[in-house]
Amino acid sequence: MAGRWKNDLNWSDITPKAAFLNRRQLMAGAGAAALGGAAGPALADLGAVPSEYSTDMEPNTFEEITSYNNFYEFGTGKGDPAEYADALTIDPWTVTIDGMVDKPGDYSFDDLVSGMTLEERIYRFRCVEAWSMVVPWVGFELADLLNRVGVQDGAKYVAFETLVRPEEMWAQKRPILEWPYREGLRLDEAMNPLTIMATGLYDEPMPKQNGAPIRLVVPWKYGFKSIKSIVKISLTDKEPPTTWNMLQPSEYGFYANVNPNVDHPRWSQATERKVGGGLFAKRVPTQMFNGYEEEVASLYEGMDLSRYY
Amino acid sequence: MTLTDRVNAAIRAVPPWCLYVVAPVPAAWWLYLGLTGGLGVEPIKALEHELGEFALQLLILGLAVTPLRQHLRINLMKHRRAIGVIAFFYVFLHLLAWLLLDMRGLWSQILADIVKRPYITIGMAGFALLIPLALTSNNLSVRKLGPAWRKLHKLVYPAVLLGGLHYIWLVKGLQFEPLLYMAAIVGLLLLRWVPQRRRAMARA
Repeated sequence: MAGRWKNDLNWSDITPKAAFLNRRQLMAGAGAAALGGAAGPALADLGAVPSEYSTDMEPNTFEEITSYNNFYEFGTGKGDPAEYADALTIDPWTVTIDGMVDKPGDYSFDDLVSGMTLEERIYRFRCVEAWSMVVPWVGFELADLLNRVGVQDGAKYVAFETLVRPEEMWAQKRPILEWPYREGLRLDEAMNPLTIMATGLYDEPMPKQNGAPIRLVVPWKYGFKSIKSIVKISLTDKEPPTTWNMLQPSEYGFYANVNPNVDHPRWSQATERKVGGGLFAKRVPTQMFNGYEEEVASLYEGMDLSRYY
Repeated sequence: MTLTDRVNAAIRAVPPWCLYVVAPVPAAWWLYLGLTGGLGVEPIKALEHELGEFALQLLILGLAVTPLRQHLRINLMKHRRAIGVIAFFYVFLHLLAWLLLDMRGLWSQILADIVKRPYITIGMAGFALLIPLALTSNNLSVRKLGPAWRKLHKLVYPAVLLGGLHYIWLVKGLQFEPLLYMAAIVGLLLLRWVPQRRRAMARA
């Protein structure tokens, strides 16, 4: 974080909230205002500051981002997380940080966030299933957290785990995946400034179906790498096992970089469709590294990306 | 009058043309929902899925006609053709939704997908198997083909199996619902062979 340009503007200083809420909410709000009522529910603004890493593409609406999710702990249907994630208790929340770090321990959510500058990062999000969104995440750089806990020499990878709590995450009672959900990054990927720990979106605390209270966001990789509701972060010197790779190694690699030239064995990755375009939405070409080539291509110099997919 | 008799009387009272009249209603309803936001934020996938799943349900109902008659004495024979033709109609709509809405006529990607992606290949194969059946679902063909007609229409067995496999294969991970459909398909096919073997054994 040191040396990075910052300002003290809040996102709310630039764009009125109404402008980034969707039309329906806007209309409802206008209706409520016309009736003399308060416009919309009281929202806890996180006060995230804008970031130079944000795309200027138009974000998907809050409704789209929170109603179309893959979060298999709550069922495999896209609408299941929105329906069932309510059962999840996110307070108290503890993240165990262990392995090759100077300050291992159990950190409460407040410990993790305190002292961090929350930024709004409007990122493209590309699912391995060939749909995409643009999401205004709120979070801080994973590098800031790793620097705070002190990464020891020799650590090469960061492993993450999602909460296991079948009584609240009903689909964990079924063997859809091998729980807990596991993900991992190479240390240099984890330290890249694009990689964030997200605690919210649209300047509000993270909705449960999107991985409350804290999740990873790695915008140049397929969405399944951006693990949700994290309870464990481990620094290791070996490539950690990752859930989809364990299930189907021929289809899901450890790297899972967005790459239009390397197809999923069961479908093409050459094009994608942005969610929210209705029944006649067009497909658009998928970009190398999801459009973040300039920032991350150097991480993979000399690597055969059709082998390390 | 037993319950079975009453059910059969009710089934007989419905003329087959009624089924053809109501057949497009679900498709029209999903299209309407898709256009008005009722299918969620990704209506293309949702419409594709609804059409495909309904097609599979109709195909399974078609497979159930014979076992229902043999084991429960419920007689749907009068409507078997309509069930089959409407199932084909929904398989075709499912394919159209994929070609025109999902793939937007990106023909090079479509052709590559049909050849390269096993779940799409088998889906297309299942559809292809159903084409001659749809074309010969009329009295003239039954008369002209004679015993060959029955043989030809046994193609529905591999076609439905391919449809069930198509569903299992396209989802991520091992999901419950596609397996349930496959279990129904395999179960209904097995029901055909088990009693026949028993009869053969009884004769011996």
